[in-house]
Amino acid sequence: MSDEPKSMWSAEMASQIDNAWRDLVPHNAALGIEVIRIRVGEVWTRLPWAEKLVGNPATGVIHGGALSTLLDASGGLAVATRIGRPSPIATLDLRIDSMRPAERGKDIQVHMECYAVTRSVAFVRGVAYHEDESDPVATCAATFARKGGDKAERKKDGA
Amino acid sequence: MSEPTPGITTTLEALHAAVREGRASNDPQRLLDLVPYARFLGLGCTREGERLIVTMRFAPSLIGDASIQALHGGTLAGLLESTASFHALFVSEITGMPKTISLTIDYLRSARAVDTHCEAIVIRQGRRFVVIQVRAYQDDREQPVAMANVKLKVG
Repeated sequence: MSDEPKSMWSAEMASQIDNAWRDLVPHNAALGIEVIRIRVGEVWTRLPWAEKLVGNPATGVIHGGALSTLLDASGGLAVATRIGRPSPIATLDLRIDSMRPAERGKDIQVHMECYAVTRSVAFVRGVAYHEDESDPVATCAATFARKGGDKAERKKDGA
Repeated sequence: MSEPTPGITTTLEALHAAVREGRASNDPQRLLDLVPYARFLGLGCTREGERLIVTMRFAPSLIGDASIQALHGGTLAGLLESTASFHALFVSEITGMPKTISLTIDYLRSARAVDTHCEAIVIRQGRRFVVIQVRAYQDDREQPVAMANVKLKVG
């Protein structure tokens, strides 16, 4: 599927979604989260290193909370692209495993995938890294509640 | 990055000194003020006897859903993880800087656009790892908006 050019949304679309997302989610904008690439059920995002996000002032490492926010936000966006229409969602739970500290001065990138959706719950998993996705800083699994998802699905199913 | 960045030039020694001074004067806010991200989130810290309470003061920049004026789940994650680390430093009195190994968060209620408080309890303290449970709440301490289990490496 990954070599299907149609499945990747255009850079222009990613940029439009990036702008809309920042307007709707003030805290994403406050952190400086950027949407890099996007396709159905899958997103790539970036958090540029910034002094205000540092958790350990002696090492310059970005605080885990900023990383959690990037992962939570990216997960929500991955779910939205999979559902494919405006649909309110809320994070139910989020698990993060940290492999190593993020490095001072380096941007953190996230690749997040929504791999399953039911009428009421969406499931995501993802990885945070600096340059190489196979050398992760952290991995993440999360679930999102689809508010009113049941109703929308029933309508679609004609039930 | 060998060049020091303004504002985060604190050395590890200075950080340890701030922890010692904070413990001695029972004033953890001193260490919190050294952490840029804690300032960014607007975290304040108070002691009530043995209890350590971290408060995230509401600011519009913490909003995650502008349509319902709810806090971003990530801000709660930051509050929960910060509280776990601070609890390890000030109540468990570990010597090194705690590093998060894993973090499991349950979001229980929508968090409104008001101040959020957070408290921790130590579930298991070993030599290398500490397991801490943290709860975040708003007006009612018995109605948490989120809770987390945090595993910290401390040795």
